[in-house]
Amino acid sequence: MRIRIWISMLLGLLLAVGGGAPGWAQQTIKVAYTDPLSGPFAQVGDANLKQMQYIIDFINSKGGALGKKFELVPFDNKSQPSDALIALKSATDQNMPFIMQCSGSNIAAALIEGVNKHNDRNPDNRIIYLNCGAVAPELTNEQCSFWHFRFDLHAAMKAEVMVRALPKTTTKVYLINQDYLFGQSVQREVRNFLGKVRPDVQIVGDELIPLGKIKDFSPYITKIKASGAQALMTGNWGPDMNLLIKAGVDAGADLSYYTFYAHLAGGPTAIGAGGENRVFSVMPFSENVAPEIGNAEADAFIKGFRDKHKFEFTSAGFRTIFEYLQAAVNKAGAVDATKIAFAMEGMSRKDFLGFDTTMRKDDHQLIGEYFVGAFKKGVKYDAENTGLGWATAATILAKDIDQPNSCKMKRPKI
Amino acid sequence: MEVFVVSLLNGLVYGMLLFMLASGLTLILSMMGVLNFAHASAYMLGAYFAYTISQYIGFWPALVIAPLLCGLVGAAIEMWGLRRVHRNGHIAELLFTFGLALIIEKAVQMTWGLLPVPYRVPALLDFPLFSIYGTHFPAYRAFMLLISALMFGAIWLGLTRTRIGLVIQAALTHPDMASALGHNVPRVFTLVFAAGTALAGLAGVIGGNYQVTEPAMAFTMGPIVFVVVVFGGLGSLLGCFIASILMGLIQTFAVVFDVSLADLLARFGFIVTKDTPFAEVLTVTLPRVGALLPFLMMVLILVFRPRGLMGTRDT
Repeated sequence: MRIRIWISMLLGLLLAVGGGAPGWAQQTIKVAYTDPLSGPFAQVGDANLKQMQYIIDFINSKGGALGKKFELVPFDNKSQPSDALIALKSATDQNMPFIMQCSGSNIAAALIEGVNKHNDRNPDNRIIYLNCGAVAPELTNEQCSFWHFRFDLHAAMKAEVMVRALPKTTTKVYLINQDYLFGQSVQREVRNFLGKVRPDVQIVGDELIPLGKIKDFSPYITKIKASGAQALMTGNWGPDMNLLIKAGVDAGADLSYYTFYAHLAGGPTAIGAGGENRVFSVMPFSENVAPEIGNAEADAFIKGFRDKHKFEFTSAGFRTIFEYLQAAVNKAGAVDATKIAFAMEGMSRKDFLGFDTTMRKDDHQLIGEYFVGAFKKGVKYDAENTGLGWATAATILAKDIDQPNSCKMKRPKI
Repeated sequence: MEVFVVSLLNGLVYGMLLFMLASGLTLILSMMGVLNFAHASAYMLGAYFAYTISQYIGFWPALVIAPLLCGLVGAAIEMWGLRRVHRNGHIAELLFTFGLALIIEKAVQMTWGLLPVPYRVPALLDFPLFSIYGTHFPAYRAFMLLISALMFGAIWLGLTRTRIGLVIQAALTHPDMASALGHNVPRVFTLVFAAGTALAGLAGVIGGNYQVTEPAMAFTMGPIVFVVVVFGGLGSLLGCFIASILMGLIQTFAVVFDVSLADLLARFGFIVTKDTPFAEVLTVTLPRVGALLPFLMMVLILVFRPRGLMGTRDT
């Protein structure tokens, strides 16, 4: 009897010691990942998760960081900021040094706020927020935070990429965007950069449409044709983009379509063969880049994913994220959020395709190459089994989209 | 002129598609008093059935089989669902069909996935029929016009020239009397519900590849169909037809006219500047609100003529 009490006391003591020394207890570097994993947008979160896992396995096979392996811990946020904050709480409770989130700028804004507060109050248990796809420009300008690192270009940069990709022969464009916050900002930014980068281009039409209400875009196509436009530039997504392109192709309009989202899941299926050589999309990466530039190593990496999963590998940016983490943790010499954040800002690396990237020190915005893909036959990797895929029509390098920022960064004292 | 002719054609095609959807709903609503929220779901089911069938035996068999399947689904819903709920009044029916619409959407998501499916126009009809001022008019749109016109004719003849049509008309206006005369009114109800659902299914078969076949298509199409039915008036197929064409044309032409209330006021010598009260609202152009015009018209007609354009009873 007495012996059992002694043993349990001893065990309790051991546990108490273990709990008090997180560095000792954790064998892996945990990265919390929160995005919708259920509900209408579950497909997005699920696809991201599979690609991240594939990348993490690769990084770990290259030795991880400081001899430790990275581990991904998913949390469902159901596209709700409140649920993302719950995920943040769980992550900090378990002493995770990183939280990652990709979809929704409203969620990103809530997370930045939450991370700032947490890190102010808990200097010995801080967390870094890795933004893998929330693109509102405010997040690295007015709202910028030392703890927030964005690894995708923001909307204004994407607009510049789209404008720079316009061929010299195109001089008349028509803008169509959805009538809500995002669509209006695309409209504003595209107009802005057309004026700066391509003053020779004339905007022959500029229109806002009610979000998700239009069932037949033929009347718009009629109007666009009458305006003499050569290219249509749109930030539309979902049915508003699919139906627009479909109506244009059906009417045989001689137009090019410059989009932000045609390459996302469901887009190629909805557009179909009619969009050949007409549809262009601004994208961080396409699978065909590696074979086009003759990078056999990157190609093998992509093929490895295709062999394992039945869908496309679209998010090369995630590999850049984990390579930055690996380098930053090694440079910091400890799994400590503050040290890692200082190590990561201002860091420059070549990504796995061989292009230059930089994590800007003054606003924590990654500047890297971006692509504009053309929807074409005869590419190595087709999209959604349509027989057509994204061939690179333009590559915009980091130096061309290094836009200024208005961030006033507050750095913690070490 | 060019824009006018092309827009007229487009408006007509869209209006006829609306009519195919709305005709079934107006029959069901005026006869059974059921505001069937699941009607647009039948439209979606029609498109998905047709997609699956066309993968195996082609589009043409699908054109016949998919609406029949939808009709069977409709009959089952009426016999084992609605008829039981019917006793508890209209609110229960409303909630039942609303729940049904949600369930069908979820079932479609689980069966065919969240993303659009590649349901394409058949190769036989995938060519421009003619060019008008340089704009192609796809043969498939002409085919849609043909099918919906045939359907309108068939319903019209069926309702006015056949025995069952006469019974339906009688049950529409005087269900108790029709029942007292020995007609099996519940069976007529089932028949009408099944036929209405089949019509929606047919609209789905030809509308699914004209638009995009995806799980959200029911909920985006649903509201506008109700507008057509209310606007056209209860119990009137002709009213429904006129309302559909009108809505199609309004939405199409609203896009073409780049005018705002401010332009209208300017004609009367009143210039709107940034400092004018409500300047934001006054300068919104017609294309930006075009898709909302039908709803505005529904509100107006409910206020000034509650029985609708050609309706015989109050809504």
